[in-house]
Amino acid sequence: MLLKCLSELNGTSGAESLVRNFLRQQIEPFVETITIDKIGNLIATKNRRLSGPKVMITAHMDEVALMVTDITSDGYLKFRPVGGIDARILVSKPVRINESLVGVIGAKAIHLQKRRERQKALPIDQLYIDIGAKSKEEASSKVKLGDYAYFMTKFEPFGEGLYKGKAFDDRVGCAILAELLQRDYDFPLVAAFTVQEEVGLRGAKVAAYHLAPDFAIVIEGTVAADVSDRDEEGWVTELGKGPACSLMDKTTLYSPKLIKWVTDLAQQQGIPLQFRRGTSGGNDAGPIHVSKAGIPTIVLSVPCRYIHSLASIISEKDYAACLNLVDELLKDLPRMLGVSSIDKEENV
Amino acid sequence: MNNAQMQNAREFLSLLSSGSGVSGYEVSIASLVRERFIMLTDEVYSDTFGNVYALKKGKSLSCKKIMLAAHIDEIGLIVNTIDPRGFLHFTSIGGVDQRTLLSQEVLIHGRQVIPGIIGALPPHLLKNDDSDQAVKMEDLAIDVGLSPAKINEVIQVGDIITLKRETYPLLNNVMAGKSFDDRAGVVVMMVCLEELSRLQHTHDVIAVATTQEEVGVRGARTSAYTLNPDLAVAIDVTHASTPDTKGQVTIELGKGPAVAFGPNIHPAIFRHFSETAQEHRLSIQIEPIPGASRTDAWAIQVSQAGIPTGLISLPLRYMHTSVETLDMQDVLDTGKLLARFISSLPDDLEGFLCY
Repeated sequence: MLLKCLSELNGTSGAESLVRNFLRQQIEPFVETITIDKIGNLIATKNRRLSGPKVMITAHMDEVALMVTDITSDGYLKFRPVGGIDARILVSKPVRINESLVGVIGAKAIHLQKRRERQKALPIDQLYIDIGAKSKEEASSKVKLGDYAYFMTKFEPFGEGLYKGKAFDDRVGCAILAELLQRDYDFPLVAAFTVQEEVGLRGAKVAAYHLAPDFAIVIEGTVAADVSDRDEEGWVTELGKGPACSLMDKTTLYSPKLIKWVTDLAQQQGIPLQFRRGTSGGNDAGPIHVSKAGIPTIVLSVPCRYIHSLASIISEKDYAACLNLVDELLKDLPRMLGVSSIDKEENV
Repeated sequence: MNNAQMQNAREFLSLLSSGSGVSGYEVSIASLVRERFIMLTDEVYSDTFGNVYALKKGKSLSCKKIMLAAHIDEIGLIVNTIDPRGFLHFTSIGGVDQRTLLSQEVLIHGRQVIPGIIGALPPHLLKNDDSDQAVKMEDLAIDVGLSPAKINEVIQVGDIITLKRETYPLLNNVMAGKSFDDRAGVVVMMVCLEELSRLQHTHDVIAVATTQEEVGVRGARTSAYTLNPDLAVAIDVTHASTPDTKGQVTIELGKGPAVAFGPNIHPAIFRHFSETAQEHRLSIQIEPIPGASRTDAWAIQVSQAGIPTGLISLPLRYMHTSVETLDMQDVLDTGKLLARFISSLPDDLEGFLCY
């Protein structure tokens, strides 16, 4: 299964090669050209010779992880996060380094803590990875500064119609985009599997510039905080209610006309859709929609609970509905672009 | 030989570690212990408290009884409420550090075993001052991805929860996993019994896998009463030093078993461990314990009319987390030391039965 493979592969910002190689292999039979650009984005095209609007679809390949930044005199590894990670999730977890080594992030035993300590979170600079090395020399022979440590969560079916795994942000997008490339549309299509989203939306900036599309669709995994006793107004999105259409976030105000197009089409086709009811975070749409003279851009996301943690959860139905909706949008896109008054200027 | 023994010990520890047996719910671990110990001893039986006894007969008919004890229970969680939206809230059995639980996969032992996740809000939604504070156990919740109706069928308040964790080999012979406290002690007993099959021993040895240690050394209390041994040794784990325990902990990983000394320990037993280690060139570390050892040894020592008791401990990092870390060489060496300790005890236990 595509999503299982993608979820279990390791690839953080700036180190996406395992994911890129896998995706390249998967999409090769279905596309005309495959290139890797100067920052590492994987770019595939279809229908290059057709006239019509050039449509770019993106999903980012990188996931959050840890980078080894120091090796202590007794052979432990110090680290910093790559992307947004709450240090509190790291305590008492195993991680994989360089594909072959396992280390654990331990913490002082509860017996040795003062009562006060038990109420305080351990900051990231007090955490370290234990790989069982007996000395700094031994640790240095196995791990280099700058190596990455990844969560080891297995992808598995979970609960009723759900999946559990790591890196759903944004391997769900990668999986959906790879599936879309197996289908045919009658306009030029370019797929950009981007790098370095988690450290500042960097790959998408480069891709949008040199690909210069007329229209862009970003497929994401986004926050679903519909959990436990949290009030409904803080949920952002809800599992099982279909893909989420973004309205506004830290990097983009989305075009009301495009939002209307998405909602109308979803309704016509009977595809469940929800709005992303929160403004925190940002995604590749940020740099894309302001690239060059501006590119009309929409974002559709699969809601994920516990994003940026060791184990996130998505709904099988949301995944399928997101795939289905983007497919319908693509089929309708030439009509929409032809009849609509939307053009680049209006979206700047 | 040594490699086979190491492999065997690793496999048995992995088997015991990945199983589930919170205090009071040790049945499945007990049966794993029975299956293994029946191959190494003359008789295996259990009592009403869940303790497992494995008797290996000594060569003399008029011999004494030596009790070994290692506990098989682990710390865990228990469901205390199920909220209307189907999230499970819980409290702990034994000393669980709430700071180790965020984003942890768990298993709920309901009508069937249900996987769950202790959810963590994404950093995008955290307020600045949130992240300084540990999330309190009462504010954590388990997501099982099931509708409230389905949950009603399979999970109820009072169901036991264990952490989901495999064992992992680290560098050298170091391993990490959950519940090494004190299932690694059970592996030590296995190694000891294997060694004893090649050594002469006068006395009967009864290896006891005890229950309910984590909630107040209770299985040791009932089993010591039942056996009323002439001499007993508890095998447990002790804190090994890490970067954040400097000045607090002096025992180190990979430097051999920690042999306890103090009021809980019969001085002749401590002395005999030290001499045996020296004779066989096995390294040990000395662990002075000025009072309660908080191990099975504490209960055994005052059972019936009093029992001469010793304690050897495996150095262990990150105790009571799900990534407890130890050196398998320490496990093997502890088993070997224990076997040699037993086989070199005098026939009449002179010097061990009094002060």
